[in-house]
Amino acid sequence: MSNSEQTKKPGMTMERRRSLTGWLFLLPGSVLIVWMSFYPMVRAFLVSLMRGKPTALEYSEPLWRNYQYMFKDKVFLTSLKNTFTYLIIQVPVMLVLALIFASLLNQKDLKLKGLFRTCIFLPCATALVSYSIVFRTLFAYDGFINAILVKANLLKEPVNWLNDPTGAKAVIILALIWRWTGYNMVFYLSSMQSIDYSIYEAARIDGASPFTQLTKITMPLLKPIILVTAIMSTNGTLQLYDESVALTNGGPANASITMSHYIYNTTFVTSPNFGYAAAMSFMILIMVAILSAIQMKVGDKR
Amino acid sequence: MTSSATGEKIKRVLMYAFLVIMSFISVFPLYWCFVSAFNTSQEVLGGKLVPGGHLAENIQHLMEQQQVFTALKNSFVNTLLVVVLSLTCCSLAGYGFEIYHDKWKDRVLGILMLSMMVPFVALMVPMFQMFSAMGLLNKYIGFVLPSISTPFLIMLFRSNARAFPKEIIEAARVDGLNEIQIFFRMFVPTMRPTYAAAATITFMNSWNSFLWPRVIMKTNESITMPMLVNNLTTGYIIDYGVVMAGVTICTLPTVIIFFFLQKSFTEAIAGSVK
Repeated sequence: MSNSEQTKKPGMTMERRRSLTGWLFLLPGSVLIVWMSFYPMVRAFLVSLMRGKPTALEYSEPLWRNYQYMFKDKVFLTSLKNTFTYLIIQVPVMLVLALIFASLLNQKDLKLKGLFRTCIFLPCATALVSYSIVFRTLFAYDGFINAILVKANLLKEPVNWLNDPTGAKAVIILALIWRWTGYNMVFYLSSMQSIDYSIYEAARIDGASPFTQLTKITMPLLKPIILVTAIMSTNGTLQLYDESVALTNGGPANASITMSHYIYNTTFVTSPNFGYAAAMSFMILIMVAILSAIQMKVGDKR
Repeated sequence: MTSSATGEKIKRVLMYAFLVIMSFISVFPLYWCFVSAFNTSQEVLGGKLVPGGHLAENIQHLMEQQQVFTALKNSFVNTLLVVVLSLTCCSLAGYGFEIYHDKWKDRVLGILMLSMMVPFVALMVPMFQMFSAMGLLNKYIGFVLPSISTPFLIMLFRSNARAFPKEIIEAARVDGLNEIQIFFRMFVPTMRPTYAAAATITFMNSWNSFLWPRVIMKTNESITMPMLVNNLTTGYIIDYGVVMAGVTICTLPTVIIFFFLQKSFTEAIAGSVK
């Protein structure tokens, strides 16, 4: 093959030939990432400076007009507020729960460990759309949750969860915690396996409570992975789309809509406005970058 | 002495109770969804917790309302194409970045990794423009193209290639195998667990993806299962038995994979950050 021909070529050292082969290996993957990620990113920025119908986009006057409009757009501001509500409540609760599950399941003498792990991890097997619809049905006005709560005398009459701005957001947060806690637990469990178990035994002999063990041993040792999960969850929450569409459809009256959902609607529903949608999506990109940078800084200091 | 022992016992009972309750909460919605596929809309809302005899009826109604076979076929073709192409492409790249690594390749990798932080929604508008200009709307290749090369899988293969013994490569070279042959005959067979892990997580992600197909699949003939499931709830009168039958069909493939390949799945999730 071509290799044996190249060997005869003078001036082509073995090292150099191998280095070139290496480039060939990584070429398709690299080109695709540039084409499907970096190139659209540049285009997204250019489009975010434009206005007009999708077929007749022109640079706007002034260029940052779409960005200005954002701060006057009530729906965008609501979606921004909602997304941050989800982020601030859901991510910490979920990560703490995941840590608690992981440290419980990491105990050597725990029975049925595998069964508990499988159960808590199972929600990860469901499509986001599927579980959203299941939750939507469970929390429907005439649905199962209301029936149970009324029967148990915890509620006098059924609550219209999904038609109430706070209720809708609360159900989304609950659903998110249900879906993603096990996922994050897996990260923690796999890192905990590399912690020497004798540390915990020593701590127990010294009289450290499980809570102290968690905060003084486990959390400092897991700091890097906690940081990774925090960044991933932040990134994911800023992109929330499926739940907003399939669980509440953004409702009632956009009260629970996420940024991604609003961007999709601006792009494709009613009168498409590509320029404005691109500007809002560029804002998400900037926010992801800023929040990740902050988390890394904070993570470094601690 | 005895009181502290009872204290310990109570603590343990509480801990097991906590784990049992949490496991129950984790499993219940899925159990309820599967059971509801066997019941009528009325029974679903009423909270019937055991399967009834209405599965066939629900599936029949589902097929009258929606093109279930088309959606199933599309989802399978899309997903299998993504799995095959992305495993090939990313394992080649991961191997290349690790085995032949030098200063420049490491720099390229560092830049490519930045794309991990780019949220898909930020690319939605230009991607739609690009794909409609290329005539790739409503086509399998349109669904597949953005998912073939992912920094996530490249990292997974790269970190696993690090454990691949260099002596094997040297020995194979001495035996006269060229670099491509070494990859396919030596690397691929020994990396089977990594491929299994990568395939599992890629299958799950592609099967479940919703936003991207919604962006580029604009006809009834090109819809995927998650899109179909979402369509079920947009009507005025919602038959919840039918909805749950649809959700169950959409969820079964990933749940089956979850139970059979749980180890690969966890390895893929945890392995990506090593």
